[in-house]
Amino acid sequence: MFSFSRGKMKLTHEEVKKIARLARLQLTEADLEKYATQLSAVLSYIERLNQLDTANIEPTAHAFLVPTPFREDKVKPYTEQELSLQNAPDREGPFFKVPKVIA
Amino acid sequence: MDLHHQTIHELRNLLDKGEISSEELTQKVLSHIEQTEKQLHAFITITPELALEAAKRFDQSRQAGKKPGALAGIPLGIKDNFLTKGSRTTCGSKILGNYIAPYSGTSTQRLLDAGGVMVGKLNMDEFAMGSSNETSAFGEVHNPWDLELIPGGSSGGSAAAVAAGQCSAATGTDTGGSIRLPAALCNLVGMKPTYGRVSRYGVIAFASSLDQVGPLTKDVTDAALMLQVLAGHDPLDSTSLDVPVPHYAQSLVPDVKGWKIGIPKEYFVAGMDPEVEAAMLQAIKTLEGLGAQCGEVSLPHTDYGVPVYYILATAEASSNLARYDGIRYGYRNKEAKELISLYEKSRTEGFGDEVKRRIMLGTYVLSAGYYDAYYLKAQKARTLIRQDFTQVFKNYDVILTPVSPTAAWKLKEKTGDPLKMYLSDIFTINVNLAGLPGMSLPCGFTQGGLPIGMQLIGDSLQEEKLLRMGYAYEQATEWHKRRPKL
Repeated sequence: MFSFSRGKMKLTHEEVKKIARLARLQLTEADLEKYATQLSAVLSYIERLNQLDTANIEPTAHAFLVPTPFREDKVKPYTEQELSLQNAPDREGPFFKVPKVIA
Repeated sequence: MDLHHQTIHELRNLLDKGEISSEELTQKVLSHIEQTEKQLHAFITITPELALEAAKRFDQSRQAGKKPGALAGIPLGIKDNFLTKGSRTTCGSKILGNYIAPYSGTSTQRLLDAGGVMVGKLNMDEFAMGSSNETSAFGEVHNPWDLELIPGGSSGGSAAAVAAGQCSAATGTDTGGSIRLPAALCNLVGMKPTYGRVSRYGVIAFASSLDQVGPLTKDVTDAALMLQVLAGHDPLDSTSLDVPVPHYAQSLVPDVKGWKIGIPKEYFVAGMDPEVEAAMLQAIKTLEGLGAQCGEVSLPHTDYGVPVYYILATAEASSNLARYDGIRYGYRNKEAKELISLYEKSRTEGFGDEVKRRIMLGTYVLSAGYYDAYYLKAQKARTLIRQDFTQVFKNYDVILTPVSPTAAWKLKEKTGDPLKMYLSDIFTINVNLAGLPGMSLPCGFTQGGLPIGMQLIGDSLQEEKLLRMGYAYEQATEWHKRRPKL
């Protein structure tokens, strides 16, 4: 159980860059090498799943299968707007303020 | 014994008899926090004013003859991923470093309504991603049994604080073992209830198909008390189960004669610390001595748990953590001039190393072309892991396993090797994948004086069986009475 293979799967710097872009993260060159090595090690370990035959197995999304609960679509007053707005990194009155997004 | 080392049920007794006031108790605990916090660093935020105010309120209502709630006047610690209205809630991350919760989550509110006195918000691995509490943006937590060791994670602050007497009990969250592992490494009882048993409304999401809320306590009686308050349906959490909550105190009966305990052979293999193995064998003997029957069982897909978990949990996390964009709340980079760089710079500067690693892993397994090979495959393997347990529970009341292959390890020992750290959770992860209740409880000490924990696993919604077996075991042993010298 404690033995695991490493290094079979190897992500390239380009692949790590692409993942970071999708995840909205910026990486330095040093980060690229570090994450390429570490993520590759984890992905190599994960490869053991391929030994498992799952051809006729249904996927499990949630451990407890309960039907989607419905509730009445009722409007409730929200009185604590200020409490939510106080966490804004930048605001103007009751608005969240962001840098200009349309040129 | 010092007040701060007593259990909830012992303290309730003293409070009810009027031998102590809740203000005295709170003062005592706050000064104990002050004395020990430099060494432990179990808290991210301490809330002495709020605590004393609440304590005084309970004293007054007691004097006025009002029936006290189940936790009236009891000092509690709340893990810092639970929203607490008006208090800072950081989730152990710089990205939420200044976040003030605009409301309290259901589970927290239930504890407060029952009279719990919140003394502070507890340190944790950033976004609950870690097994040692070393990924916290606010610094590591030290194990009160040996300050050079980790307390376990991700609810490491919760475990250290309760074990050291900085609060009488604490909340934790458990996605892959985050309640049970630190409880075991700090000599506590840690209960992860069935998925859906406790509401997660107002708890910051990590992996939504796995996260569950539960208590860390000094004994099984306290676990039953806390679970009673926490459990129950909540319309604000769509995964919350709408089923009756049993009277857990009724399970505190020291009788397990004829109960059948499954011992999975896959959990007893080479690699386990011999002292942990010896403690397990001793626990099995003790339970047999109480009239339980132990038999070897097989959970053949055990080995696939860690890979399945690190696909599903990271995929869900990458999606859940997409909300941290620096727009409406949380950290924002001030220099960014356009939208994409605002997102990227805020997230890059706000998230720590482990969180980024998991977001990227999750992003990768969900990216175009890989979904079937990773995510879908993992969901199918999850079915097989669940079926293993279902099979065993046809013939057994509970399953007994170790919580961790070793006792607490040294700070920094595993931080350089993420995979090694991930393997700390091999005995707890599958319980989350199957959605089952699991409870860790003290079952021995190493030669070096470090706590060892065992895990009881039950079928869905069978928390009562765990409590009853745990209680019976506790009545026959003394491990849970030991307190660290600090």
